[in-house]
Amino acid sequence: MSEFFQTMAYYFNFEFVRNALIVAVLISLCSSLLGVTLVLKRFSFIGDGLSHVAFGTMSVAAVVGLTNNMLLVLPVTVVCAILLLRTGQNTKIKGDAAVAMISVGALAIGYLLMNLFPTSSNVSSDVCSTLFGSTSILTLTGFDVWLCISLSVVVLAVFFIFYNKIFSVTFDENFARATGLKTNVYNLVIAVITALVIVLAMNLVGSLLISALVIFPALSAMRVYNNFKAVTICSAIYSVICSVVGILIAIYFGTPVGSTIVAVNIVVFFVFWLIGILTRRKAR
Amino acid sequence: MAQLYCVDLSVGYDGNAILKNISFGVNKGDYLAVVGENGSGKSTLMKTVLGLVKPISGEVCVGDGLRKNEIGYLPQQTVVQKDFPASVWEVVISGCIANMGLKPFYGKEEKALAAENIKKMGLEGLEKRSYRELSGGQQQRVLLARALCSTKKVLLLDEPVSGLDPKVTAEMYELIYNLNKGGTTIIMISHDISAALKYASHILHIGKEVFFGTKEAYLKSENIKNFNALGVEQ
Repeated sequence: MSEFFQTMAYYFNFEFVRNALIVAVLISLCSSLLGVTLVLKRFSFIGDGLSHVAFGTMSVAAVVGLTNNMLLVLPVTVVCAILLLRTGQNTKIKGDAAVAMISVGALAIGYLLMNLFPTSSNVSSDVCSTLFGSTSILTLTGFDVWLCISLSVVVLAVFFIFYNKIFSVTFDENFARATGLKTNVYNLVIAVITALVIVLAMNLVGSLLISALVIFPALSAMRVYNNFKAVTICSAIYSVICSVVGILIAIYFGTPVGSTIVAVNIVVFFVFWLIGILTRRKAR
Repeated sequence: MAQLYCVDLSVGYDGNAILKNISFGVNKGDYLAVVGENGSGKSTLMKTVLGLVKPISGEVCVGDGLRKNEIGYLPQQTVVQKDFPASVWEVVISGCIANMGLKPFYGKEEKALAAENIKKMGLEGLEKRSYRELSGGQQQRVLLARALCSTKKVLLLDEPVSGLDPKVTAEMYELIYNLNKGGTTIIMISHDISAALKYASHILHIGKEVFFGTKEAYLKSENIKNFNALGVEQ
């Protein structure tokens, strides 16, 4: 065990390791808070969908030759998020189908463009690193970290202030709207911060990880807890702990960071699932 | 003066009218039952009244000091709610939210109102229970308590007893009837014509022929015969 701590102490001398840890904690926190709402609104796959949109737009930006592709990626992703989330309960193409359509479409177009107009010699490794974030979390710059910190503050503040309204819109949008709540505004708020978190997180940790960070904490917390507040708090704590543990394991064993964090999430999900079954049995 | 009235209202989706030229109104303290077969457009009509769907033509008007957002709503359950992790307390108090403006958190007033309505609906002791673990009848009472938190003036109930067993159904009808006697205007969608005739003061029958009037007039009209021909008990 002492060997483990020594290794860790050694690695924590490096700034990039500390940066990775800070960013992972913040992103897990934001995405798990949003995750509760997204999973309950039946938008579990939106993380995947939007990051594919971001991927598609990035390839367009690369082909057009934009130096700062964020200027294009962010607005396009935000618009897609709004289109997907805005219509809520009353759409013709249901949420899951719409997300799947946009996700697959954007992925295909992006890959197609990257192949037709290659900007670097190794297209498939580019694609791989965008989607799986193989090393990106270990190559963060100081700017990335500050961007991430400021965004997290905004997301946390918005979530805290609108907490009761987000609950209302998630539980029963039609009721909220019928009684005069401006549900469009709150859906818009949710959509915009979802898009912001996903675009940034995708750049930092890859699209595979961001989908997992949206889904697992919320689903696990729902196995055990029965009210919205407890589920929200639990999923935030769950997500942060899993990410920290995942990163430590990844550093120690030299495994890919993103997929290690997802693996930790999966293991803990089963633990929560069992706890859920046991406590419910006891209650009966 | 009527609290809520519609003149020559046509409702439907995407410009296709399901129902045309509906006119009706409710006064304070009325109990209006909206009856009709499945697919006749009852739910669409109600969504139009609530402002969730835009009318194709005509207008929904409010009067007698009622504001548009003072119509409480008991919707049919959605799939999302079946496994939604929320406590009874969280669901009931969320009915207050529309009247809070920009205030982000619940204050004493809202908490007192929620507690009062939980008591009124006989849900005391269940506050911390999870909504998804309750029986169908309890869930409906939770949603009714939530609707009462948003307003006491007009309540719009969309099939309030669907999926409930006969005993719980009867209790639910009594609960609604008591609210009506307490001065709340009730508009109830139902395809249970016998309950409608037992409790309601007015009937809006929609379908091929539209009838709107008092229960007494409805019983003498032709529409009730159509219902009988379909084998519905009186």
